[in-house]
Amino acid sequence: MITYIARRMLQALVVMAAVSFISFSLFNYVGDPVDNMVGQEATLEDRQRIREVLGLEDPFFVQYARFMQNALQGEFGLSYRTKRSVTEMIAERIPATLELVFVSALIALGLGIPLGVFTGINRTSWISKAVLTVSLVGVSLPTFIIGISLIYIFAVNMGVLPSSGRAGTVALGGWKTSLLTVDGWRSILLPALTLSLFQVTMILRLVRAEMLEIMRTDFIKFARARGLPENRINYNHALKNTLVPVITIIGLNIGGLIAFSLITETVFQWPGTGLMFIQAVDFVDVPIMAAYLCFVALIFVTINLVVDILYFVIDPRLRAEGGH
Amino acid sequence: MSLLEFKNMTVEFPTRRGVFTAVQDVSLSVDPGEILGVVGESGAGKSTIGNAVIGLLEPPGRLAGGEIYLKGSRIDNLDEDALRAIRGKRIGMIFQDPLTSLDPLQTVEQQLMETIQLHLKQSDEEARASAVSLLDRVGIPDPAIRIKQYPHQFSGGMRQRVVIALALCADPEVIIADEPTTALDVSIQAQILELMRELCRERSVGMILITHDMGVIADVTDRVAVMYRSRLVEEGPTEKILGDPDHDYTKSLISAVPRPDVRLARFPVVEYIESAGDRRDSIDVATHWLGAGQTESGGETMLRVEDLHVRFLTKFSFLKKNRIYLDAVDRVSFDIRQGEVFGLVGESGSGKSTIARAIAGLYKPAGGHIHFAGADLTEVRTESEMDRYRRQMQMIFQDPFSSLNPRMKVLDIVAEPIRFHGLASGGAETRQIVMDLLEHVGLGAEAARKYPHEFSGGQRQRISIARALATRPRFLICDEPTSALDVSIQAQILNLLKDLQAELGLTMLFISHDLPVIRQMCDRVGVMRHGKLLEVAETETLFESPQHEYSRHLLDLMPRLEVLSHELIAGLEMAD
Repeated sequence: MITYIARRMLQALVVMAAVSFISFSLFNYVGDPVDNMVGQEATLEDRQRIREVLGLEDPFFVQYARFMQNALQGEFGLSYRTKRSVTEMIAERIPATLELVFVSALIALGLGIPLGVFTGINRTSWISKAVLTVSLVGVSLPTFIIGISLIYIFAVNMGVLPSSGRAGTVALGGWKTSLLTVDGWRSILLPALTLSLFQVTMILRLVRAEMLEIMRTDFIKFARARGLPENRINYNHALKNTLVPVITIIGLNIGGLIAFSLITETVFQWPGTGLMFIQAVDFVDVPIMAAYLCFVALIFVTINLVVDILYFVIDPRLRAEGGH
Repeated sequence: MSLLEFKNMTVEFPTRRGVFTAVQDVSLSVDPGEILGVVGESGAGKSTIGNAVIGLLEPPGRLAGGEIYLKGSRIDNLDEDALRAIRGKRIGMIFQDPLTSLDPLQTVEQQLMETIQLHLKQSDEEARASAVSLLDRVGIPDPAIRIKQYPHQFSGGMRQRVVIALALCADPEVIIADEPTTALDVSIQAQILELMRELCRERSVGMILITHDMGVIADVTDRVAVMYRSRLVEEGPTEKILGDPDHDYTKSLISAVPRPDVRLARFPVVEYIESAGDRRDSIDVATHWLGAGQTESGGETMLRVEDLHVRFLTKFSFLKKNRIYLDAVDRVSFDIRQGEVFGLVGESGSGKSTIARAIAGLYKPAGGHIHFAGADLTEVRTESEMDRYRRQMQMIFQDPFSSLNPRMKVLDIVAEPIRFHGLASGGAETRQIVMDLLEHVGLGAEAARKYPHEFSGGQRQRISIARALATRPRFLICDEPTSALDVSIQAQILNLLKDLQAELGLTMLFISHDLPVIRQMCDRVGVMRHGKLLEVAETETLFESPQHEYSRHLLDLMPRLEVLSHELIAGLEMAD
């Protein structure tokens, strides 16, 4: 098992190196950051001086080596726009994004898995059919439409929830959380719901398909023939066997939630890393963009590693293959 | 009073095209300590009987009529909760495939204890002790250690023992075993059947043994019921039914079982079973398309395999010395003469299919040589040169359901090799050849317009044969061509292969785990175990006086069919 995890971590390192290289080389072509930093009246000499100070005149590989060297120490330089440390800026905004993703993942799992199990077992009931039809809405509408509709219904028409922003934050050490106050929950509810709708549908349909598959297997039939009660068969034997493929997809999707949060954060003016990235793109703020991409990649890679380890916990057959 | 009895049982499956009756008006009973065999071919309704007894019919199936009694009290009208209390507790069930009958994510202990505690209300300690002693009883060594393991850590035979232990958990009065040994090797099958018979006797359990295998029936059952198209056609003591059957269907079913004790020219086929096939005309090679282009000759020996070595990487490592290989075929040598049928026999995992695939070029050998028609195939480097030999060598696979592309029409399936090798001058000629081939395998030209799913297993295997013949091959590799088929269909397909072999002068490599089939089909046989070829002999010599110890062991395990009616077979031969 240890060699297996070590091998996975090695793969993760390769992925990280590749992502950092690709993102860094891309940003050489997105425009000249100096244009945005100086006023109209700056002279050519001024511009040249700034370029030299920022190290933009050095050859590409020198720039990349310097970037990597700093990145390994958790240092991504100064933002071109705010002149503040990028690491600090990201650290400030991470809590907002992670809490948003956490709450929407909670909604997605809390709705998706039970509904998937229910529709898988009660295949012919009209409730299942209704759930499946309604869930299609989740995948067929783009996130921003759902977000705007939710704002329209709950904030504009009914006026029960705030339309944007992140209220009621409480500082816990360096972590500003909005999960401890009623206001905080009120403000996170709409964006989290928007973000999770697509995932609910995905997980629901996946769990349902897997349940249908498992319910046809011989060991379920044999469990019935031994007189085991339906609940035991459904949850103890069937659901556990659906988990391996479901975890894979859920793992990838939580990464996806962070990527999708870009749009949701924009719609709801949620002060997270996604919104920061959008602003950085407008300004060709290369250090922030590079750092953000590395951050997203790091999260993806970490989640995948966790998923790989979870396989081991769930499926004894994998333990045997890795063992000898 | 019988232990389990059902009267006039009828099971129906409503479908869109009307009601399908899977079991019609069947009455049977079983006594304590008795083994009742239910035999029949696929679709005869024999598994449905088992499922109906314990109320586990697949929806939308329903018990449309009849009564079921367990020790005199009626159980077919009980509600779901009452039925569940009977399942496992009073009626145990064993299914066909031990590899899929156990939950892969739970230890054997968890599954055993769950069932024991459900039915017997024992404490953890008691349940664990009962579980260990059960495993011990079904013959699992070191039960206290093995019980902590997961199903995948057991072999197929051991898993079936675990399944039997699970079925015995609550000391049921009746056990319904649905094809319990079909997925197992012959040596394991003998052990499991022996175990089941012992358990029945010592616990006075009544058993219903559902199977398609006459050998199993002859080995262990006391009484037999024969099912044909949803109906019970005959029932009685095993010796009476197998030795002197009254019903025509039973007679034809028995006559179609390959004889282990004597070689017949053809398999007796009785029209009663399925009339498709056997209306084919014989082929005159001198004038027929299939005979054209067969001028090249490789001399006496068609195929010579020398020191063939095939290995699979089971564990990769960057260091060459740390890699672990499995030697699937370990330095095997044999040769096949022109026009000969050479058999390879062995249990699963012995490497017989691997040899076939290495010869066909599907696996690359790690060492050794394959001489075919005068050329060394391991030395051939270019694809175009290889195609020349591929054309002369074709394969027929075991599973007729997965070996045909479901999205292609039969015409295109059979025409594909003709088009690829450019064997016909145009579309019209190709179509003509395909129709002709389909006629010759007994399907009729109209089959060309259909898709594979419209055919039964036996008919699909005929399509596979037509496809293999389409390149005008000289050498056919048949890898278990009939093991997925019912015995009556098997007889037809084997007859077809025999006829084609004789008419076209084909050379064949015939792979099977079934010794009686080998005896009927092959001129010479090689016996394989663990990747090694142990013995090669003329078929009759092998069956009469096997030299290697393992060959003797395999022959001993063949189901004894002495009880089968000999006069019946003799009579059929005369009529043939």
